[in-house]
Amino acid sequence: MLKIENLHATVADKPILKGLSLAINAGEIHAIMGPNGAGKSTLSYVLGGRPGYEVTDGSATFDGQDLLDMDPHERAAAGLFLGFQYPVEIPGVSNVQFLRESLNAQRKARGEEPLSGGDFLKLAREKAGLLKLDMDMLKRPVNVGFSGGEKKRNEMVQMGILDPKLAILDETDSGLDIDALRVVGDGINSIMRRPDKAVLLITHYQRLLDYVQPDFVHVLAAGRIVKSGGPELALELEREGYAEIAA
Amino acid sequence: MSVSALPSRRDEAWRYSDIDAVTAAWPLPAPESIVVPAGGDFKRAIVQDAGDIRQIELVLGKGATASLHILNIGGAYGRIELAVTLHEGADFHLGAAQIGGGEQNLEIITTVTHAEPGATSRQMIRSVLGGTATGTYLGKVAVARDAQQTDSEQDVKAMLLDRSATANAKPELEIFADDVKCAHGCAIGELDAMSLYYLQSRGLPPAEAKKILLQAFVAGVFDGAEDEAQLQELALAKLGELV
Repeated sequence: MLKIENLHATVADKPILKGLSLAINAGEIHAIMGPNGAGKSTLSYVLGGRPGYEVTDGSATFDGQDLLDMDPHERAAAGLFLGFQYPVEIPGVSNVQFLRESLNAQRKARGEEPLSGGDFLKLAREKAGLLKLDMDMLKRPVNVGFSGGEKKRNEMVQMGILDPKLAILDETDSGLDIDALRVVGDGINSIMRRPDKAVLLITHYQRLLDYVQPDFVHVLAAGRIVKSGGPELALELEREGYAEIAA
Repeated sequence: MSVSALPSRRDEAWRYSDIDAVTAAWPLPAPESIVVPAGGDFKRAIVQDAGDIRQIELVLGKGATASLHILNIGGAYGRIELAVTLHEGADFHLGAAQIGGGEQNLEIITTVTHAEPGATSRQMIRSVLGGTATGTYLGKVAVARDAQQTDSEQDVKAMLLDRSATANAKPELEIFADDVKCAHGCAIGELDAMSLYYLQSRGLPPAEAKKILLQAFVAGVFDGAEDEAQLQELALAKLGELV
């Protein structure tokens, strides 16, 4: 589904990714762990097409298409979802309005009929219920006045509504208390754990992986994947630290 | 407000104007005069979409209220000039948006005189400017010597869509009383890159993402307008032309 080969990327002319390769197939959940500054967020932004993140070498394809050649909204319509580490507050724009327009823009790009207001609200209510987010919060301006945990749950509600093929979740577990972590973990499983979908979890800690069990764990250090393994690698990292493993 | 001689850029109130357009329209007709009697209530929505110069003199009697909503969007040069006089305890509200692209020059010029005690005025102005357009708000609040407990506010923001667009904003206070509250705030900026990216990452094409942010930026000014839905719709259509 996603194939990254020898990816090099710079931010403000500073090289961050230095030859990263990774392949993710449908039905798989991958976790990327790594120390601060390893390039984890840069990877997610490069894949999400954020302006200012420049690819200098290598390739990334998504379902055979050149991902790096697509605009952010085209990547979304193709089925890619980026869960932000710091979801953005947008005063004056209601969650439901923005999500309905986003979903319908995606559907239009795929040649599908737009979803009616009623059908959309039904869908939104279902996903908000799944993430235990009050429906009233979805009617409020995007993330404004939300707690850290509510912002992350809102990201997952958006993921549920947009129903992507591939979700890249950048530190979705940061800022969550224990109960919220379980809710978010259950949400990820119920939305994304399907034979035709895949997830790339970016995280510092093992704890999210207790709820969302990965098939593969990769260690990212200094812009490259330095070690890959099964779920046991995450436990090993937690026990021994990055310095030992990434050395 | 009536000016007998043709204005020039030396006149503060005409500093940023399209003097050629003013010359072509000279002499201007007499300003429209509106008097709201004591205790009265006045509401008006003004859509300037034809490149007019409009001058309005508004007098609010004791305890009267007036609420004006302005959408200034049309023509090469569009100017709306308000001279408002508030008597004791009167309340004036202005919500205005000016949205211009291309080479448009749009202006809102206000003089709000608190002539007597206890009057309130609230002005909220939002400008969205693209291309080489110019948007100007010059707002003077004058508080007379006896006009204690005056409470006035000017909230002025402009959004530039291109580096070639210009926003002028000048809140001006002339206060002769000593027990007053006159707040004024002004900000000129551009669309937040991270917000734009966030919206696009969910599937909105760039123009739609910009439009939704700009719609939010101007939305508040029409709160409480009688034709609020229509004003929003006209504003949105104009924003759609700019993005």
